[in-house]
Amino acid sequence: MARDDYVKINIGPSHPAMHGTLRVIAETDGETIINADPEIGYLHRGVEKLGEHLTYHQFIPITDRLNYCSAIANNVSYEMAVEKLMGLEVPEKAQLIRLIMMELARIADHIVCIGILGVDLGAFTPFFYLFIQREEIYEIFEWYNGARLTNTFGRIGGVEADLPEDFEARWNELKPNLLKAIDETDKLLTHNRIWMDRTIGTTAFSPEDALNWGFTGPCLRACGVKRDLRKDEPYCLYDRFEFDIPVGKNGDVFDRYWVRMLEMYESIKIIDQAIEMYKEMPEDAPLMAKVPKVMKAPEQEIYSAIESPNGELGFYIKGDGSDKPYRIKIRPPCYMVYQAFPELVKGEMIADLIACLSSLNIIAGELDR
Amino acid sequence: MSNEIIKGPGWILTKLEWLINWGRKRSPWPLPYGTACCGIEMMAALASGYDMARFGAERPSFSPRQADVLIEAGTITKKMVPILRRIYDQMAEPKWVIAMGACACTGGVFRTYSTLQGIDQVIPVDVYVPGCPPRPEGLIYALMKIIEKIEKDHPLYNKAKEFERSERGCACS
Amino acid sequence: MQLKERIMRCLGSDVLAITEYQGDIVVEVGKNRIRTVMEKLKNDPDLSMDFLSDVLGVDNKALYEKAKKKAKKKDEAEAEEPKGPPPPRFEVVYLLLSLKSNERMMVKVRVPEDDLEVPTVTDLWKAATWPEREAYDMFGIRFKGHPDLRRLLMWDEFPAYPLRKDYPLEGQGEERILIYDA
Repeated sequence: MARDDYVKINIGPSHPAMHGTLRVIAETDGETIINADPEIGYLHRGVEKLGEHLTYHQFIPITDRLNYCSAIANNVSYEMAVEKLMGLEVPEKAQLIRLIMMELARIADHIVCIGILGVDLGAFTPFFYLFIQREEIYEIFEWYNGARLTNTFGRIGGVEADLPEDFEARWNELKPNLLKAIDETDKLLTHNRIWMDRTIGTTAFSPEDALNWGFTGPCLRACGVKRDLRKDEPYCLYDRFEFDIPVGKNGDVFDRYWVRMLEMYESIKIIDQAIEMYKEMPEDAPLMAKVPKVMKAPEQEIYSAIESPNGELGFYIKGDGSDKPYRIKIRPPCYMVYQAFPELVKGEMIADLIACLSSLNIIAGELDR
Repeated sequence: MSNEIIKGPGWILTKLEWLINWGRKRSPWPLPYGTACCGIEMMAALASGYDMARFGAERPSFSPRQADVLIEAGTITKKMVPILRRIYDQMAEPKWVIAMGACACTGGVFRTYSTLQGIDQVIPVDVYVPGCPPRPEGLIYALMKIIEKIEKDHPLYNKAKEFERSERGCACS
Repeated sequence: MQLKERIMRCLGSDVLAITEYQGDIVVEVGKNRIRTVMEKLKNDPDLSMDFLSDVLGVDNKALYEKAKKKAKKKDEAEAEEPKGPPPPRFEVVYLLLSLKSNERMMVKVRVPEDDLEVPTVTDLWKAATWPEREAYDMFGIRFKGHPDLRRLLMWDEFPAYPLRKDYPLEGQGEERILIYDA
């Protein structure tokens, strides 16, 4: 029941902990949150409408700007959706290159999430340690396809270029540093008394609720549900690799952080295996499927999803026989997570609201589209 | 009488202005207003690899009252326009604005119903940084340009002009 | 048993049309039956579509116009207007997933322009809360029984529905005016 002596607090959209574009209007009793109403749309750029006016190829650079922390996962997800609509078969080597790049992007995304979670909770050092290694990953991206952040990686039907010759050497150079940085972050945060007090038990969520609200990705796995599209609906040769799916227990901030930490180790494992597999492939293996010059999709509708660093990222595409999509709907993972935000923070303290928001890894670009 | 002295840049005032500018250019505290992709590159510029703090932007000031340079990094949508304007109005003089990225400069690829086509429709911009997104070096270069601009500034002269303008404004109304 | 057969057995006469393309099954049902159908799909032990991925709207206006043009070109001599009421303009598509068997399906409802009301499914899946609000925001489709049907992405005073096909890409010059000192 609404009482008139509750204090309404407006947080955002320009607030350091609100990632620039999020806004929460919290109703508080003292410092306890009675109700929180998140308002979104401050970065609604009309991507879906824009997609209806661009051709299938032209839309790839727009997908970069959805989840800009891991642009490659968005590119691949969109390309796979169009390939499904067109019925194209992607060569194995191209799929492998996509997998390697996507796992690198996953590490970069988790680094941003954990670094910002630390900054928002007052721990600045891990941010600096991790960001040095993230720069290295971005340099690999830049080396491969010329852009740091918005990569426009891949083409419909494959990838545009083979991996550079000494990719393995570069990865072997990066790997120990990356592992060291992650280990250092682990040492700094995980058993830190302040960190544990701030994160363990805050905004816990039950697995039933999480599934009902449409959670996917690390936020769902933190609740203890072992679900990962890489294992459950394998794509891009993921079924040939050995890796674990880390799961949490309570679904609190700590578990979300911890699942992301463990996933980075798993990603490193996957890349190691993938490079071994890459070496066995013939050098002149094709990288592109046979793609018609003017791409006209049939009058059909499909939905295709992959496991992006944040969760299930899906594209619903409806074709109308022309070279432009008739309707594109993006299913962003953090959109579904963020709608449960009032439920998550009810009864918690205001300071925990910030911790919760950072741990969900809300990326405004894909939230508002 | 005193007005006449202030109007022209005399010797004493020039030296005083030089001193003020010298002080100002050493600490252009930025207000990071990262809304989209450019915000991530801005974070990279502030983080360890590029370390923008070397040029005096040591403390990202999230409060507009204590900031000197508004780094507008990312798309501004029409829903966000009043908020941007308000943040700019809340900043204390002197203030400078960097429009970082294609979206902030011109709207970029998003020529749609909900995107503002360049923030200079709402607030004055001092330095435009092209790129989608620009590299962190680009942002650091923009900060150097702001520092150059501060060096050439006439804080006392501008103040007098402003005072005159406001006086005239009072007379008109 | 194939998913298609199981769906047919579970829903029976509620299915108006069923299509399959690249393994994606689209089931079309009537607007007044959507609640019962969704409940059945969720609770049926053979299907157990217990996860709602997304809800989205589609505006078919341009598609119909294109089809009409094509038909006119084909037989210009006997170009006649199609009889009966025009086909429903909007569609609402529900993307469902079964966590047990990892199977996906889509449920489609057609919504005519003069009766833009669809029963909500927020009480079956809370995940539909924001997607339904977004469909209202972008297409003007109202969801009956939705707990909090407001605009989501655009600001409250926005006068149009931007994802409709007759709305131009660059907008109609809407500006947000906010007087914050009032």
